[in-house]
Amino acid sequence: MRHGKLSPVLLRKYGFIASFLAVPLILYVVFVIWQYIQAFQISFTNSRGISPNFDYVGFDNFTRLFDDEVFWAAVRHHVVLLLAMPLITVAIALFFSFMLNLGGGQKNGKMTGVPGSAFYKIVFFFPQVLAVAIVGVLFQAILRPDKSGVINSALHAVGVDPVGWLISPSLALWTIIGVMVWQAVGFYVVLFSAGMSSIPRDVFEAAALDGAGRFVLFFRITLPLLWDTLQVGWVYLGIAAFDGFALVQVLSVDRGGPDNATTVLPLEIWRTAFTYSKYGVASAMGVALFFMTLTFAVLTLRVTRRERIEF
Amino acid sequence: MTSTPREITRRQMMRRVGLTALVAVPAAGLLSSCATSGETAAPSTAPSAAATSATNPFGVKADAPLEVVIFKGGYSDEYATQSHEPLYKAEFPKATIKHQGIQTISQTLTPRFASGDVPDVVNNSGTDNLDAGALIGAGQLLDLTPLFEAPSIDDPSKKVKDTLVPGTIESGFGGDPAKPYTLNYVYTAYGLWYDAKLFEKNGWTAPKTFEEFKAFAEAAKAKNIVPFAYAGKNASYYAYWMILISAAKIGGNEVLVNIDNLADNAWNHDAVKQAAAAWAEIGKYMDKSYEGLIHTEVQTQQNQGKIALYPSGSWLESEQSKDTPAGFEYAIAPTPSVTAADQLPYEAIRAAAGEGYVVPSKGKNATGGLEYLRVMLSKPAAKAFTEKTKSLTVVVGATEGLTLSPGLTSVVAAQNAAGQNVVTYSLFETWYKELETELRKQTNALMFGRISADEFASKMQAAADKTKADSSISKQSRSV
Repeated sequence: MRHGKLSPVLLRKYGFIASFLAVPLILYVVFVIWQYIQAFQISFTNSRGISPNFDYVGFDNFTRLFDDEVFWAAVRHHVVLLLAMPLITVAIALFFSFMLNLGGGQKNGKMTGVPGSAFYKIVFFFPQVLAVAIVGVLFQAILRPDKSGVINSALHAVGVDPVGWLISPSLALWTIIGVMVWQAVGFYVVLFSAGMSSIPRDVFEAAALDGAGRFVLFFRITLPLLWDTLQVGWVYLGIAAFDGFALVQVLSVDRGGPDNATTVLPLEIWRTAFTYSKYGVASAMGVALFFMTLTFAVLTLRVTRRERIEF
Repeated sequence: MTSTPREITRRQMMRRVGLTALVAVPAAGLLSSCATSGETAAPSTAPSAAATSATNPFGVKADAPLEVVIFKGGYSDEYATQSHEPLYKAEFPKATIKHQGIQTISQTLTPRFASGDVPDVVNNSGTDNLDAGALIGAGQLLDLTPLFEAPSIDDPSKKVKDTLVPGTIESGFGGDPAKPYTLNYVYTAYGLWYDAKLFEKNGWTAPKTFEEFKAFAEAAKAKNIVPFAYAGKNASYYAYWMILISAAKIGGNEVLVNIDNLADNAWNHDAVKQAAAAWAEIGKYMDKSYEGLIHTEVQTQQNQGKIALYPSGSWLESEQSKDTPAGFEYAIAPTPSVTAADQLPYEAIRAAAGEGYVVPSKGKNATGGLEYLRVMLSKPAAKAFTEKTKSLTVVVGATEGLTLSPGLTSVVAAQNAAGQNVVTYSLFETWYKELETELRKQTNALMFGRISADEFASKMQAAADKTKADSSISKQSRSV
C-alpha cells in the first residue's frame, strides 16, 4: 500500500487545478478580503484617512452611530428598499417571464409564450446593458421636475401639473425604487425564463390536459418548480437593496435629500469618508452594513429553504 | 554624509510598488504595504536645498520636478498650463512640471495624502474639495507665511503681502493658533446677478430693500419671469450665502464670526432668523421644481430670460460665457437691506478671496510649490488669469491694460460703492463640513417652504452644538 503519496498523474492533475485557482484566489484575497479586514480594523480607530497616524478608540465610532439620525434614516430606507424592491421586481419579472414562456397557451401540443415573446425578451434585457451611471443620467431627464421632464411634459399635455418625482420628500424614495426596479426587471426575466425552460414541458402539458388554466399553471406548477431560482434572485435583489449608491448620488436632491429622504448607507459612508474625513466612522458604518447584508443573506437562505423537487 | 535617509526612502519606495511583497514573505509584505500598518511615514527628505537669493527666496532646486494639481471647473485649467506653469518654467528651465487637471480633488488626493506621496501645489476647490481643517490638523499643509514675507516678483522692494488686496491672507487662515495655510487667489464678489439689458427693457432696477424686492417679485411675475431662483439639487449653498449676507447686514459681521467660532446661540441670533424669514418669503415666488434642478440648468434659464435674479459669485459670467446670448449683459447687485436699522448699508457686498491653493508640507518639492504660488502672485500671471477666466485676482493692479467684461465692470463698480463695507466670508464652510452639509439641507427645506425661519435657526444651532461637542473635529477660531 502506498500511503499519502500522490502519484505523478494525480500530482499533475491537482497541480494543474491549483495553478488555475491560485491566481484568482490571491487576487480576491488581496483586493477584496484584505479590504474587509482593513475596514474592520479602521472602524476601531480615529483615522481621518489623510495621515498614516491614528489611535485606536474602541467602540467609539459604533456608539456614535447610535445617535446619528442620518445613519438611522439610511437604515430605515434600506428596510423599505428591502421590503419593496425585491418584491416588486420579482413579481413583475415572474409575470413577464411566465407570459413570455408559457402565457400563449398550447400550440401544436406545446406550451408557448405570447406572440412576439422573442422580441420582448431582448427589449426587457436592454436596461441591464446600460451602466448605472447612464441609467441615472437618463432618468435625470425623464424625472426632471419641471415641464421639460419626459414624464412631466407628457402629464402636462393631458393637463396634469408637473410631479416632483425626486423633490417631494414622501415620493423621492419610491421614485428611486422605481428606477431600481426598471433596471433590474430585465435580468430577472431572463433568469426566470431560464428557470422555466428547465421545467419539463410535459408537466405543464399534463396539467393543461387536466384542465388547468394559466392562473393555476402559474401558482401550482411554475412557482413551486422555480423556487430555487427565485431564492437566488431574492438574495441578489436583497443585496442590491443595500446599495443604491450610484442612483441616489446622481438622481436625488442634494445627494440623499430632500431632508435625508433618499439617503442610503453607501452614500453616507462615502460622505463621511470623503467629505467629513472621518474614515473611522465611515468604516464603522461599512462594518454595520456588512453585518446587515450578511444577516439578510443567511436569513433568506434559511427561511426559504425547502425540499428540492427533482425532475 | 550618511546614506541612511536614502536607504529608507528606497525601501519605502520598493514597498510602495509592492516589490517587498514579492521578495519577502508575502504576508509580511502585505502588512507593510497596507494603509493601516501603523507605521509613521518618514517625512520625505527635501531635495538638498539650493542657496536662497533675491530671485530664489525659498532656495528652490533648479532641476527639481514640480507636480501641480488644478481643479478643472469653472475656471478650467488653461490659465495654469498656458501661463502659470510656463512662467515657472521660465524661471527654472531645467524643472519638469507634471500637471493634472481634475474635478474630484478629494477622492483623487486623499489616498495620496494617506500614503505620503503628495503633489507640490494643490488647487483645493470644487464641491469635492479636501477638508482643509483636517489636513491642517494632521500637519499636512505648509504654513504660507514665508510666501507672503518674500519679495514680490514684480517689485523686489515690496513684500508679496503688500501687493495683495487687504484680507486675502486672513481669508486663508486655519489651525489653532491660526496661520495662513491657503492662498485664496481669486477675488470674488457675491450677490444677485441679473441681465442689465432685461432690466433696462422692463424699466426695473435691482431692489434695495426686501419691501422693494417683494414689489419687484410681483412685477416680474406679471411678466411671467421668475423673480428669484437657485438650484436646490446641487447648489443650495448659493442660497445660504444670501441668507448669511443678509444676517451680516442686519447684525454686523460679528454674527458670522460667531457662527464660525461655534459661539453659543450664534444661529439663534435675531439677525439670522430675520434674514432667513426674509429670504423664505422670496422663496415662495420660486417654483418647487427648482429644488430638483442643477445650477447650470437654472443659469441657462436665466440666460433665456426666464429668471430675473440669481444668487452667485463673480465666476458666473465666465461659467456661462458659452450659453449667454448676444445682448445679455451680466451685472451684480448687492443683497437688499432687511431692516431700516441694518448695521451694514445696502451697498455692502460679500467680497472675498476664494479659490484656494495649498502647498502640502510633505511634498517632494515643497519650496518649488511656494515659488509657484509666488509666480502666480506676479502681475503677468494674474493678468493672464483674468484674461483666461474673466475673473479678478487678489493681485492689486493686475487688470491694468485689460478691457473688462460687463460683469466684471459691474463687480468693480460694486466694490467701489461698498468701500470698507465688506461682508466677511464664512470660514465654517471649509472648517466644519458636517455643519455645512446640514446648512445645505436646511436651506432647501427653508426656501422650499418645509420649515420656518425659527426652525431653520434652531436646527442649525443644534448642528453647530453637535459640531462643537464632537471631539473628533479639530476646532478652529477667528478673531475678525
